[in-house]
Amino acid sequence: MNFDLTDEQLAISRLAREFATDEVRPRAEEMDREEAFPYDLVAKMAELGFLGLPFPEAYGGAGADTVSYALAIMEIARADASTAITMAAHVSLGATPFYLFGTEEQKQRYLVPLAQGKMLWGFGLTEPEAGSDAGNCRTTAQLENGQWRINGTKAFITNSGTDLSGGTTITAVTDKRADGRSEISNIIVPQTTPGFTRSKKYRKMGWRASDTRELSFVDASVPEENLLGKRGEGLKQFLTILDGGRISVAALSVGLAMGAYDEALAYAKERRAFGQTISKFQAIQFKLVDMLCEIEHSKLMVLKAAWEKDNKRDFLQTASLAKLYAGEVSRRVVNEAVQIHGGYGFMDEYPVSRMYRDQKINEIGEGTNEVQRVVIARRMGL
Amino acid sequence: MKIVVTVKLVPDPNGEKKLDPATKRLVRTGVETVINPYDEYALEAALQLKERIGGDSTVTVFCMSPESLKESLRKALAMGADGAVMLSDSSLEGSDVWASAHAMSLALKRIGFDILIVGGLTDDGSTGAVPGALAEFLGVPCLTNVRKIEIADGKVRVERETDGGYQEVTGSLPMLVTTALTIGEPRYPSLKGIMGAKKKPIDMLSVADIGAADTVGSAGSKTELLSFAPPPARGAGQIVTPEDPAAGAAAILAFLKDKKLV
Repeated sequence: MNFDLTDEQLAISRLAREFATDEVRPRAEEMDREEAFPYDLVAKMAELGFLGLPFPEAYGGAGADTVSYALAIMEIARADASTAITMAAHVSLGATPFYLFGTEEQKQRYLVPLAQGKMLWGFGLTEPEAGSDAGNCRTTAQLENGQWRINGTKAFITNSGTDLSGGTTITAVTDKRADGRSEISNIIVPQTTPGFTRSKKYRKMGWRASDTRELSFVDASVPEENLLGKRGEGLKQFLTILDGGRISVAALSVGLAMGAYDEALAYAKERRAFGQTISKFQAIQFKLVDMLCEIEHSKLMVLKAAWEKDNKRDFLQTASLAKLYAGEVSRRVVNEAVQIHGGYGFMDEYPVSRMYRDQKINEIGEGTNEVQRVVIARRMGL
Repeated sequence: MKIVVTVKLVPDPNGEKKLDPATKRLVRTGVETVINPYDEYALEAALQLKERIGGDSTVTVFCMSPESLKESLRKALAMGADGAVMLSDSSLEGSDVWASAHAMSLALKRIGFDILIVGGLTDDGSTGAVPGALAEFLGVPCLTNVRKIEIADGKVRVERETDGGYQEVTGSLPMLVTTALTIGEPRYPSLKGIMGAKKKPIDMLSVADIGAADTVGSAGSKTELLSFAPPPARGAGQIVTPEDPAAGAAAILAFLKDKKLV
């Protein structure tokens, strides 16, 4: 067994760490407070190639592997979860559907500018009444005279309303099947489509510098050719996309935990009580050891899932386990990180306070802990 | 235009530096090796120059270092250098400024260059003497502490940082230039650069290739490090506990006056 990273994986991880430390970290507190989407950081990430990291060079990407992608997300989340989700959602949810299911023309038209980071793209699966129950899709798209006429609402859609957003790919009911169930397909909806509007940004507990909105479609028409992949395979396609997306959100959880651990360790070595730094107290040492132990464990799970994906193995179970476990580890780690900070951890000016808020969504987004357990149990044959 | 940049690989400046009392050399094991930070500025200057001149200009990185550190040089290729040449030989160990610059000059004559861009200092040895010695051995003019380089009609025009401002100086090619930190922040390597770095060549040279057998290493050096000592530990500070703020201010002022700081 070989745990060595390749030179490229190491170099990409180092670049991401350097970029996150020098450019992202100093801005995280202000971005969170102002709920400000970091256009300049996104432009820099685009220039460096982070927004097309895993796609082939022929489609404007950097041609790096999933392990590198996971390492990059970890380092950026270590500095700021909002910036990390902007990148992860763009790559895994916005651009990947075109890469996996797009025609060559769709790849050239959408994937290339997305991989180059010239444009951001959303992924519209969730609806006000269809979250974990994604099949309960109410949005409809009716094919009439070569046009899809779309009506419905999508909720919690990341990267859907920035100045760079080019559009969103949505699931919509396109017909009724013989068995009475809905036929669901994926439709590409450009930002400029008449009848397609975005709400104001949600006001959120965490990930406040990321762009999340509700989307509304009222007789929004797009050409028939905007169907992505095969008609009727929408749900299946989106589930495939979520399978890969689990690796990136798991990496985000690990990175957030790493960031909280960094803060807690530094604080413990600096804060004095009873005549010595609190790092000398066993109660604090045990907390830090347990945090490190769990971070290391979840990091290995994420990298294993990424390795399996890169090596064309079945990575689904490992990715689900990693997503579930890393999400819960991030909760325990941010909680202890705040505890180590004492009252200061409750103050906005300390990064752990932001991390505590940023963490919660790790256990909800892209499959709640509960759904994740159901999925895992099913694969166990239970 | 053939632009060559010299790069040294040094222990990570953010790590703790230790000297080995037996060899009197810096301990290089157990610490990450990185490109000397000053040389990244030289490389940035070279890449910018290449971008401005365009055409068939190339940037070649030259490095004298053990072959085991070869991978640490890839960052320079990921940043945008076209290729690298490494002079590696166990006999080079222990070379002083004279022997290092002499060996480097022989290799650089073989490589050839129109302009040679060198970082002003290294983070480990910090002698700052190699660029001047290199220029002497190579028989080329040397302009130091440069913040801007322009090349037109075979002439180099630079701005040199001085204490009070800057000087404009021109000279002819080939030339050696050392860079000031004001030349521009080194760029990040891009992901495409990182992925492409493996495909770029790192050519190896040995001491035999450059014909420098007797002049390298400790044996070929003209100076010898006799001893070294760590800086003296800082003494305890002076604590003033005045009656009131005015007395405190007076005590601090007296202290500063005594040290001739005010």
